[in-house]
Amino acid sequence: MTVINDYLCKGCGYCIRFCPKHILELGSERNKRGHFYPVNIDTEACTSCAICATVCPEGAIEIPEKGEN
Amino acid sequence: MAVYKRPTSIADAPSGYCPGCLHSLATKLVAQAIEELGQADNSLNIISVGCSGLNILYWSGDFLSTAHGRAPAAATGAKRANPERLVFTYQGDGDLAAIGLAEIMSAANRGENFTVIFANNQTYGMTGGQMAPTTLIGQKSTTSIYGRDPKTTGYPLRMCEIISTLEAPRFVARYALNSPKGIMDAKKGIKKAFEMQLAGKGFTFIELLTNCPTNWHMTPLQTLDYMNTNTIPYFKPGIYKDTEENA
Amino acid sequence: MGEKRFMKGNEAIAEAAVRGGCRFFAGYPITPQNEIPEYLSWRLPEVGGDFVQGESEVASINMVYGAAAMGTRAMTSSSSPGISLKAEGISYLAAAMLPALIVNVSRGGPGLGSIQPAQSDYLQATKALGHGGFHTLVFAPNTVQEAVDIVYESWEYAERDRNPVFVLIDGCLGNIMEEVDLPEMKEIKPEDLPEWCLSRRNGRDWQGNITPIYTEPILEGLNMMAGEMYKQWEEEDVRVEEFMLDDAEYVVIAYGMASRVAKEAVIKLREEGHKLGLIRPITLYPFPKNSIRNLDYSRVKGIIDIEMTIPAQMRDDIELQVMGRCPVYEYGRSGGCLLDDDGVYEAIKEVITGGAE
Repeated sequence: MTVINDYLCKGCGYCIRFCPKHILELGSERNKRGHFYPVNIDTEACTSCAICATVCPEGAIEIPEKGEN
Repeated sequence: MAVYKRPTSIADAPSGYCPGCLHSLATKLVAQAIEELGQADNSLNIISVGCSGLNILYWSGDFLSTAHGRAPAAATGAKRANPERLVFTYQGDGDLAAIGLAEIMSAANRGENFTVIFANNQTYGMTGGQMAPTTLIGQKSTTSIYGRDPKTTGYPLRMCEIISTLEAPRFVARYALNSPKGIMDAKKGIKKAFEMQLAGKGFTFIELLTNCPTNWHMTPLQTLDYMNTNTIPYFKPGIYKDTEENA
Repeated sequence: MGEKRFMKGNEAIAEAAVRGGCRFFAGYPITPQNEIPEYLSWRLPEVGGDFVQGESEVASINMVYGAAAMGTRAMTSSSSPGISLKAEGISYLAAAMLPALIVNVSRGGPGLGSIQPAQSDYLQATKALGHGGFHTLVFAPNTVQEAVDIVYESWEYAERDRNPVFVLIDGCLGNIMEEVDLPEMKEIKPEDLPEWCLSRRNGRDWQGNITPIYTEPILEGLNMMAGEMYKQWEEEDVRVEEFMLDDAEYVVIAYGMASRVAKEAVIKLREEGHKLGLIRPITLYPFPKNSIRNLDYSRVKGIIDIEMTIPAQMRDDIELQVMGRCPVYEYGRSGGCLLDDDGVYEAIKEVITGGAE
C-alpha cells in the first residue's frame, strides 16, 4: 500500500508511468508548493511492489509493511 | 520493517532539485546504500559545484563542500587523513569531466580508496544549460543553440570507458536512472562500490545517467524517453571494470 | 629540549612543520621550494603522516582542504607562480574556516619569472591571496631559525583563528644553510582534534558540515566576524624588530632577506656617524603600523624602503603611516637579482647625503 507524502511530491509523474497495476493517477489537488500529486485510486489492487517508490526521485513514496499503517 | 522507506541521510524536506530531476533520485540511492550498509553515521559526502551541489540543502549526513571540480582532491586529503570514514564524492558532468578532469584522472590513477558518484545529465544545469563535455552530438544547449557540432566542440566524453583503461580503479560501472531496473541495478552498484571501499579495495567509480527536464526543455516523462533513444545508445550502461570478478 | 642541526632553510621548515604537528602535505614540484616536499615525502610516513604529490598546485591545495577538514594539521608549499594557482583554494580554506599552513618560497616575477629569489609577492600575500576579500596572518622570517619557530607554532594560530596561516620567505632563505635549534615534537592526540572537524561522527548527534558557500545573511555575518578577527590581530599579533630607532634621523624598512642586507648597511653607516635605524616587519599582515606611525617626525628626515622587488610593494603600507611627514625613498633589485651590501649601502648613503629622489 502506497503512502504518498504530498508535501515532498513535485508531480513528475514517474510513479504513474511505471505502476504495473495502473492504479496511480495525478490528483486534482495541489500541494503547498503548487504541484499536483498522485493518488492511489485502487488500494485493493496495490501489491506493494514498491516500483512507484523506487522511481520517485524525491523519496516521497513509502511502502509500509502490511498492517503497519 | 517497511517495504520501502525514505532514507535518513536525506532530510525530511523537499530537495532543491527541479521536478523529475534524477539528481534527487541519485542522491536518494546513495543515501539508501549508505543506510543499508549501516554507514549513516560514518559516511562523508564530498559535495561539488553545480546542481550536484544542491545536495548541500538536504543531505543530513556529514558533508564537506568543495571547489568546482576539486572534490576528488579534497576526498584524497579527507580519506587519507581519516581512512575509517566512508568517503564519496558526488559530482556532475561539468564538474567531473571538464574543470575537474585532472583531479578525477589522477585520483583514479592513484587508486585512492574512495567512491565517486558521477551524475551525468549532459548539461550545466545550475548555470542555465550550457554545453557540457558530455552533451550529445546535435543536442542543443545555450552555448550550442544549433546543436553540438563535433567540428568545433569535439565529442561527448565517455568517462567510464576512460577511467576503466587505468590500472588502479577497482570497480567502474554506468547505470541509467530512467527505468526501475536501471535504478535497482544502480543501487546495487553503489552498494558494491561502498563495500569495496570499506574493505580497503581502492578506487570505485559509479556513473549515473540522469536528465535535466528544465534545460532539455522537456517534461520529466519526455526526458526518460529521450534517454532511451539518445543518451543510452551513446553512453552504454554496464560494468566496465570489476576486479572482484577475476579474483 | 631542542636539538641543534645545520640545515637548509627548506628542510628546516619541513622538519619544524612535522614537529609542530603537521601530518599531511600535498604539493607540486616548483623551484626553489622542492626540498620541502622532498623532505616530507619520507619524513611524514615516519611519523604516521601522509604525503601526496598532487597533479597540480590546484589539486594540492584542495587535498590540504580535505585533510584540514578532518582536523589533521595540513600544509602545502610552493613558489610564486604556484601560489597564484593555489589562490582559489586558499580563498576556499578561509571561507570554510579551515586551518592550514601555506609556505611561499618566492621567486622573481611576474609570469613564470625566474627561479632565483625575489620579494615580488608582498602585495599578493598581504592584500589578495585569493578572491573575496579575506586575510591570513602573513609571517616573513629572516633567518632559518626564525622560520623554524614560526612554522612550528603556525597551527596554534591557524586553529585559534580557524583560518590559514601564510609564511612568506624568498628562495634565498629557503636555500641557505644555517644552524638551527629544533623544537620538540608536539604530540597531537585524537581527543585533541577540534570539535568542528569531520574526523568522526560516532557519538556526535549533530551534523558535521564544512562549506565555502553560504546564503546572504550568513555570509555577511561571517565577513563581519572575520573583520573583527583581523582587528584583533592588529592588537595582539603584530611582530616587528626595531633596531637603533631612538635617535635615528633616517629609518630603513625592510623584511625577510632584504632586512639582513639592510641591517649590515645600517651598522656600517652608524659606524661612519650617521644616525640610522631599522624597522623590520616580521608580520607583513598585520602590518606593524604603529612602529612607523609613532616615529618622531620632528627628528626623522626620511624613510628608505628596501625590497628585493621593483617597484617596491611595501611602500604604500609605509606611506599610509608616514602620512607625508617625511619623504619615503625606495631601493630594490628584482627578477632574481639579489641585493648586495655595496648596492644597499650606496643607496642609503645617497639618501642621507641628499642626492636621492
